[in-house]
Amino acid sequence: MAVVLEIRRDLVDAVIAHARRDHPDEACGIVAGPIGSDRPERFIPMANAERSTTFYRFDSMEQLKVWREMDDRDEEPVVIYHSHTSTEAYPSRTDIAYASEPNAHYLLVSTRDELDEPEVRSYRIVDGEVTEEEVRIVAGAE
Amino acid sequence: MSIEVRIPTILRQYTGGAKAVEGTGDTLAALIDDLESRHPGLRQRLVDNDGLRRFVNVYLNDEDVRFLDGLKTQVSDGDSVTVLPAVAGG
Repeated sequence: MAVVLEIRRDLVDAVIAHARRDHPDEACGIVAGPIGSDRPERFIPMANAERSTTFYRFDSMEQLKVWREMDDRDEEPVVIYHSHTSTEAYPSRTDIAYASEPNAHYLLVSTRDELDEPEVRSYRIVDGEVTEEEVRIVAGAE
Repeated sequence: MSIEVRIPTILRQYTGGAKAVEGTGDTLAALIDDLESRHPGLRQRLVDNDGLRRFVNVYLNDEDVRFLDGLKTQVSDGDSVTVLPAVAGG
């Protein structure tokens, strides 16, 4: 399992912009990529069905639509992101308990007020274990 | 065995790695019991004492069964059931 998330600058910017836009509600979404490639390519912001400052959840029908699309395109959710709006960009107990995609990079953005710039960190969460990884931002298309 | 059930990555440990399995039953509950007979451990990931687990989404064809009849939802030959763990956190 790679301990680095390599991701294009424009994708990180899109995630941060989404987090800022929805603050103080938590923002959430995924970046899909070809199965097995570990390459995030397609930014897919999702609605937070909870519309909460402390919880997020994908709407079940939107999730079905997006997961089917990924299936059709031979993609998987390479990155699952969400924001913390008053705490640090570290997985909470709830994040760990509900992490259900063992192959995904869990990208966390903190938009808490004390920060000048949002904090962006990434983790693998497998069988309840959290491993932080480097976020390696690369240049790319778009 | 005539209802296809699509299994998410995290539950494939119960199906020997299979992405889809087949089962039979008149209702979703019966279908899950049928699957359990060949894939022990799967049911408890889908169902708890109160019914379908809150953070597991189960769809019958294009509909979330929460908006149908939950575990009592009727299923039949040719239907497709999809299981997706909810993506959630805090």
